[in-house]
Amino acid sequence: MKKYTDTGKKDTRSGFGAGMTVLGRTNPNVVALCADLVGSLKIQEFIDENPERFFQVGIAEANMMGIAAGLTIGGKIPFTGTFANFSTGRVYDQIRQSIAYSGKNVKICASHAGLTLGEDGATHQILEDIGLMKMLPGMTVINPCDFNQTKAATLAVAEHQGPVYLRFGRPKVANFTPEDQQFEIGKAIMLNEGTDVTIIATGHLVWESLIAAEALEANGISAEVINIHTIKPLDEEAILASVAKTGCVVTAEEHNYYGGLGESVARVLVKNHPAPQEFIATNDTFGESGTPDQLMEKYGLNNKAIVKAVEKVLERKQAAPSMNVQG
Amino acid sequence: MSNIQQLNDLATQVRRDILRMVHKVNSGHPGGSLGCTEFFIAMYNEIMELKDGFDMDGIDEDLFFLSNGHISPVFYSVLARKGYFPVEELNTFRMIDSRLQGHPTTHEGLPGVRVASGSLGQGMSVAIGAALAKKLNKDNHLVYSLHGDGELQEGQNWEAIMYAAGNKVDNYIATVDYNGQQIDGATNDVLPMGDLRAKFEAFGWDVLEIKEGNDLEAVINGMKEAKTRTGKGKPVCVILHTVMGNGVDFMMHTHAWHGKAPNDEQLETALAQNPETVGDY
Repeated sequence: MKKYTDTGKKDTRSGFGAGMTVLGRTNPNVVALCADLVGSLKIQEFIDENPERFFQVGIAEANMMGIAAGLTIGGKIPFTGTFANFSTGRVYDQIRQSIAYSGKNVKICASHAGLTLGEDGATHQILEDIGLMKMLPGMTVINPCDFNQTKAATLAVAEHQGPVYLRFGRPKVANFTPEDQQFEIGKAIMLNEGTDVTIIATGHLVWESLIAAEALEANGISAEVINIHTIKPLDEEAILASVAKTGCVVTAEEHNYYGGLGESVARVLVKNHPAPQEFIATNDTFGESGTPDQLMEKYGLNNKAIVKAVEKVLERKQAAPSMNVQG
Repeated sequence: MSNIQQLNDLATQVRRDILRMVHKVNSGHPGGSLGCTEFFIAMYNEIMELKDGFDMDGIDEDLFFLSNGHISPVFYSVLARKGYFPVEELNTFRMIDSRLQGHPTTHEGLPGVRVASGSLGQGMSVAIGAALAKKLNKDNHLVYSLHGDGELQEGQNWEAIMYAAGNKVDNYIATVDYNGQQIDGATNDVLPMGDLRAKFEAFGWDVLEIKEGNDLEAVINGMKEAKTRTGKGKPVCVILHTVMGNGVDFMMHTHAWHGKAPNDEQLETALAQNPETVGDY
């Protein structure tokens, strides 16, 4: 299988910060807002270079979302920054009315998503944000997998007209995608071609899926690995083409089972090409304090869990041969 | 520049529009709409500097944001009468396939509307954002907003009030429709808000009051005075004393007509008190 190299662990939030620095130099319409978490969002360089284009709103996320909506009236492209929990659930109605329903060109940028925020615990983690955002009509939902991809996504969303939810995380993870990549919103990336099972992953779980695929290959199982960085709009074509070949799917995400990527994939499959599917996701639970690695282990969100899910879905595929192959 | 008689005639026609719109679909909010008629007439005909036509960004013109979106009838009527869209379209208020949704939205592309409102408490933040964009664009025009007094019970307003003063958003005038009524009763019974003027001043705003908020000349003069207070380092708040249901005797001074339409007989009575001036749609 194709080999990917970790060029050095980096946090995806720093990819966002690096992208903002570039945007500060290249796109005069980009402005940034933050609710007292500049250090966490890694946007100090943008602020230093463009102080007039930064708005510190204080600990007032609802106001931040409204101000961002207002800044678009006059042609600005606002990027809001706070933790994912406070970027979504806390301000859902503000996003719904003032941004999504109003069709405003706001980029809602959310750090510390998922369990891997770690020690701060459940109040600061969020495992429901993808669901909340993907349910909003017109909202684009993006969850890149590493530093380089987050930086590329940050640049891409500035060019996209319309509201975007851009999700990233705190811990340092493998950086393995190309530094000079083009980021195409809504376009899945085939990381490894395979024939036995399709692993569809997003965010931090993409690298775990590649590790799992290597372990599976050692056991004679050929896994296709697809990086879904854009959960909405979903690249249905890429998913269906892969499942037509492999006949079964494992989805992997750092999010609740309910409302996440897995459900989006299941919707596509059940409508077009029903196939056995297993879900790597948290099972309707809040998180807890712990190190990121401990939490991923406890909640079954790592490469070992993916391998087990593949074994399970292959058994189901063999038990239901009529569902294997299209036609 | 129109004369006061012409503007008062227009206000009477707008009140007729409000009553007929709400009556036709047996839903909507006549009370607050009637109470703010003179304010809207003043804003769109005497106070704001407006370009011809409508574009979303509104560069080089004043901007208005309605935060308490339920008084959409008066907003729609005044926009239509100003020429933003055909007056006949008022016939479609709250009906299927209409651009005149129950609460205003950009979603249907109605000229004059720059943000959706209805879920209360969000408009001040949006107006502040638009005012900040004007500063970034070196556009010296002003941003205005209107809020219900009951709406100030929503906490987001106080985040915005704090922000605007703390960041010297002084190209912005927020107006509070101070009628003392909300859907469940008098604001003092539902949730007393105390001394609003003192509260805004304590947060660092420049506050002025218009005591006769249903007297067109008083509103025009008051808003002109408010304009002179801009550009001095503080956001400006206008407390506009209005009467809910103004212009229809049985709707005045009560919350009963906050969100209720008149029946056929009540409509006739109300219209008789506001005879046609510039022509029904």
